[in-house]
Amino acid sequence: MVANLFLLLAAGAMVSAGVYLVLDRAMTKMMLGLMLIGNGANLLILQAGGPAGSPPIMGRESLFYGEGQADPLAQAMILTAIVIAMAMTAFILTLAYRQYRYRTADVIEDDIEDAAIAARPATASAAPDHDASDDPDTGRVTSEGDVFGLRSFEAPVKGEIDD
Amino acid sequence: MTETLTPFVDTLLPLMPFLIPLPVILPAVAAALALLAARRPRTQRIIALTTLLVLGVLAASMIIVVDMEGIQTVQLGGWDAPVGITLVADRLSTVMLTVSSVVLFCVMWYAISQGVRDGGKDEPVAVFLPTYMLLSMGVNMSFLAGDLFNLYVGFEVFLVASYVLLTLGASPSRVRAGVSYVMVSMVSSMVFLFALAGVYAAVGTVNLAQIGIRMEDVPTGTRAAIFGTLLVAFGIKAAVFPLDAWLPDSYPTAPSLVTAVFAGLLTKVGVYSIIRMRSVVFTDGSLDGLLMWVALATMIVGILGAMAQNDIKRLLSFTLVSHIGYMIFGIALGSAQGLSGAIFYAVHHILVQTALFLVVGLIERQAGTSSLRRLGSLAYTAPVIALLYFIPAVNLGGIPPFSGFLGKIILLEAGANVGGFMSWLLIGGAVVTSLLTLYVMVLVWSKGFWRDRSDAPEGNVAMARPAPLAEVTDEVEFVERDDVGRMPVGMVASTATLIAASLAVTVLAGPIAGVTGRAAESAQDISIYRTAVLGTTADNPGRTLDQQRLDDGSDTLRNRDHLLPEPQPAVGTAATGQTAENEEAQP
Repeated sequence: MVANLFLLLAAGAMVSAGVYLVLDRAMTKMMLGLMLIGNGANLLILQAGGPAGSPPIMGRESLFYGEGQADPLAQAMILTAIVIAMAMTAFILTLAYRQYRYRTADVIEDDIEDAAIAARPATASAAPDHDASDDPDTGRVTSEGDVFGLRSFEAPVKGEIDD
Repeated sequence: MTETLTPFVDTLLPLMPFLIPLPVILPAVAAALALLAARRPRTQRIIALTTLLVLGVLAASMIIVVDMEGIQTVQLGGWDAPVGITLVADRLSTVMLTVSSVVLFCVMWYAISQGVRDGGKDEPVAVFLPTYMLLSMGVNMSFLAGDLFNLYVGFEVFLVASYVLLTLGASPSRVRAGVSYVMVSMVSSMVFLFALAGVYAAVGTVNLAQIGIRMEDVPTGTRAAIFGTLLVAFGIKAAVFPLDAWLPDSYPTAPSLVTAVFAGLLTKVGVYSIIRMRSVVFTDGSLDGLLMWVALATMIVGILGAMAQNDIKRLLSFTLVSHIGYMIFGIALGSAQGLSGAIFYAVHHILVQTALFLVVGLIERQAGTSSLRRLGSLAYTAPVIALLYFIPAVNLGGIPPFSGFLGKIILLEAGANVGGFMSWLLIGGAVVTSLLTLYVMVLVWSKGFWRDRSDAPEGNVAMARPAPLAEVTDEVEFVERDDVGRMPVGMVASTATLIAASLAVTVLAGPIAGVTGRAAESAQDISIYRTAVLGTTADNPGRTLDQQRLDDGSDTLRNRDHLLPEPQPAVGTAATGQTAENEEAQP
């Protein structure tokens, strides 16, 4: 298969610009980036369908390609991809609007829980498996832990009541 | 057993062309009906539950027919493949269909029974049910697709549905998580489109069977590049390392029951697609070495992440990532036994992971939190939850005799039979991961269930009220929290049904491993898939209005009714290990 270099370059330029935009923190820029990548991908599929200029219809002749015709399936696939991309853009826009209403800023924030775990101090009292009765520095079990639990388990077998 | 089923199979076999598209059509119709009945929650619930029940019965009967008679196909639109779009029901896809319909039904039952009890007027139920049905449709479509573009459309259908489900109620934290999820998934769809363009430019077709035939003539470098692009697209969906960072970020903020169905199904669709590609299209296994490293990193990194978490939902999301590594390990081995292990493990993992997330939903409802630093006393206050948690937890940790242990044993045995440095490294990694999984499961058990709640560092705080779908951010003192009452019977029953299903995988491990073994063996014999999809008229496709069987009957139970051919174990003499390593070193 012979590909058109300029179309390939155009697809490459769109995808690279799109990747740059997707790496941004502003949601509208990410959306624009995704649309650019999508168009780049569509251009790639279009080239898989044959040379530009030949009509994708049987029995219609063109000046340069005569009886030869482009592959219509590639164009059908692009149509499907365009429709999906349009619906997704609409969804992302609504999400961006909702996000703007909450934060009044077009910026995507980090996961708070993730940041909290990353910034967690190495002390024993911050660990997920820490008990309130444990020693806060070493994390060892202390005798304070004995006050919890069912009495039948914790009470001494022979104690004050018996005496 | 076989004799009693023969009349059943004989009745259903001529109907298969009508049955195969039903798992796609039924949920679509049900979604439309549920949307029409948006103002009548009762009607909506009946529609959803009935459809999912019918789907379950349908998938179960399809698996019987397909296991007895071999792969079945239907050409849509009356055109022969590759012009018509093909739907393929073989053992692999029907096994996945059956398990997913069990999961979909149980989660829907759980959602409805919690919605009846806890749902307020601000619950987005009218949106939830139709979207859930569309999610089922997309998942079923991906499992049945015999065509790369149809697979892409199936992915998009369930992805769009999952965007809506993840951002239900659109609270601030869900919008934040939803944005990253939507963006990452969109990028994965774009990578999928690049791969589609590459495939179409290289071989000029999107029919999987025909791509496989024509790919044999494509230079190895081009083939590996296209497979690599597809692996990135599917790897993002399956959440394998290093493409897994989005999953623990976005899943835990969704409602528990939505996370349950996502965790069970969506990542497995990615794994299923990798299995399909590896066994039908890119059969030369050129990227198996890469997949081995990916599997190892996924297992280890995932479980180390789980050990650091405070929240059970996040912890389970990390174990989910970690255990995807086991399935990738089975695929990367490239042997029938490894593939069989991967499919068996997928069945086990779908059921167990979903059950665990449903149990977390129960914990959240009763205890008002899912944080390890707040939980406690559950074994005393809610012994039913303790039982429901304990069984899938030790199952996931790989304690015999449960299915997690069996799945791991099949995989380890397959790895040992293949031999070589990488296999043994992965076997070591798998054992370590299994131990660490048991550690985090026991951590949750000892902190959440055995410890007294007053001994928890932040045990006095709890969420104000339970809510099935909406997000609750108000926190109150635990003692002042309104009594949520007993657990709704439906929630417990649906979780128990899922756990019973996972136990059934243990009890029926022989027959199920038989089916997955036969699925793997059929997948290894590439000609079966090609004959059944393309028939003899692939060079000159015409119009055939009456559907007919295209396969040559070589995939029937009679030809598959034996154990997998057992390769000689590669253990023992140092010489064999040496050769295996040498073979691997060569490109």
